[in-house]
Amino acid sequence: MLEIECPWCGKRAEIEFSYGGEGGIARPTQTEQMSDAQWGDYVFMRSNPKGLHHEQWRHTSGCGRWFSALRDTVSYRFAATWKVGEAGPQSMSQSKENLK
Amino acid sequence: MQKFSIWSLLKNSMTYHEGWQRQWRSPRPKSEYDVIVVGAGGHGLATAYYLAKEHGVRNIGVIERGWLGGGNTARNTTIVRSNYLWDEATLLYEKSMKLWEHLSQELNYNVMFSQRGVMNLGHSLQDMRDIERRVSANRLNGVDAKVLSPADIQQMLPFINLNTRYPIMGASYQPRAGVARHDAVAWGFARACDALGVDLIQNCEVTGICREEGAVTGVQTREGVIRAKKVALVAAGHSSVLAQMAGLRLPIESHPLQALVSEPLKPIFPTVVMSNAIHAYISQSDKGDLVIGAGIDAYTGYGQRGSYPVIEQTLQAIVEMFPIFSRVRMNRQWGGIVDVSPDASPIIGLTPVKGLYINCGWGTGGFKATPGSGWVMAHTIAHNRPHALNEAFSLDRFYSGHLIDEHGAAAVAH
Repeated sequence: MLEIECPWCGKRAEIEFSYGGEGGIARPTQTEQMSDAQWGDYVFMRSNPKGLHHEQWRHTSGCGRWFSALRDTVSYRFAATWKVGEAGPQSMSQSKENLK
Repeated sequence: MQKFSIWSLLKNSMTYHEGWQRQWRSPRPKSEYDVIVVGAGGHGLATAYYLAKEHGVRNIGVIERGWLGGGNTARNTTIVRSNYLWDEATLLYEKSMKLWEHLSQELNYNVMFSQRGVMNLGHSLQDMRDIERRVSANRLNGVDAKVLSPADIQQMLPFINLNTRYPIMGASYQPRAGVARHDAVAWGFARACDALGVDLIQNCEVTGICREEGAVTGVQTREGVIRAKKVALVAAGHSSVLAQMAGLRLPIESHPLQALVSEPLKPIFPTVVMSNAIHAYISQSDKGDLVIGAGIDAYTGYGQRGSYPVIEQTLQAIVEMFPIFSRVRMNRQWGGIVDVSPDASPIIGLTPVKGLYINCGWGTGGFKATPGSGWVMAHTIAHNRPHALNEAFSLDRFYSGHLIDEHGAAAVAH
């Protein structure tokens, strides 16, 4: 089982959390001016990387709050978690170092 | 190709079974092919087979990163059925079902297709309404389906516990559905491909897709560049990784999906039981082991292993429904990487890159579609346009909004 660090509550077991999909996708503001291609890209297309993935999680059975995470999709190990609105890890390369 | 029959078995038994030939060659890749299929799983091999057989394309290379049939083809729970909800999906899966029914004869290879029926359980009034709707839709499309009452279920499975935490209120049942031997499907297609002159190249990872002026010119591999004007990506969980090499984004997320098998038991389980609501899928293989499937892990992952809570939840559901199995020991547990699409339907067709074709998004239920998927994919590649059966399954539907929502019939909640 994964041990996930909630930025508010600390380390907790995986079953307390819900996965919220890819992170860092900003909802467009000028939606009426978007083409079908742009809209389809926003709604459906995902980066789905093999490696580090920026994603959203929610501490559903804990504080109930959303947070951001950087996780390796091969080892499943979390490189970092941080509060929504805070700056994430400085760079991807730094996070890769932390995974070693 | 050395034909398998009772006579060849007898003949070889006279010579201590030393006369059997290798079932396929291990050729060096040529410098150029007419068509390259990336991925030698069931779907990729079926694509190459139907291209060679139905469309007369003989200069085909199937390139595989690992060994053939070593990905999801070897990791699924082998269920074959065609009871989907929407017309487009039902017709596609039913095409596959028709091919399954003659596949052993077609390939001269026993794929052990066993039409023992599949039950999809309903645990609530809404489940039962959905089941009645789906069964009616199936019958309108000429697919065999019926609604079973709890008493019907009890008659087929006397040891089932109907009064579970989520009571079993009925089921849909497709008598022609069943299971097949997954490895034999890959080997059967591989052997038939090889006999038609298709090169199966294993242990050769594709690391790049070569393009010139928006058209495909070949693939970069660990063994160098292999040229081809048509390249088909049939790579399941790794589709997004390959598509990215061609500058494409896909609406796919790769998730771990787990399964496990028990120690072999005497025949006890005469059909296949699936439950969408509680994520438990169970059948008994011809070898005797109970084959149990779980739901996907919520998070994305390429690790070919799943998390413990998911497998625990599945086994709780199995033991709740079948208390008789509570002391059965589990032999092996594993995970595959499934390519989940937003509408639980596959993507089969052309891409914005000329000469590049894609077949992915089968998610949790690709095995049942193996022959049909290869059949329509071969048509799409040979004619450079989709067959009527896979026209609706284009990548474009995520821009036009014509989704084919099969979350209900896909039977694994995403």
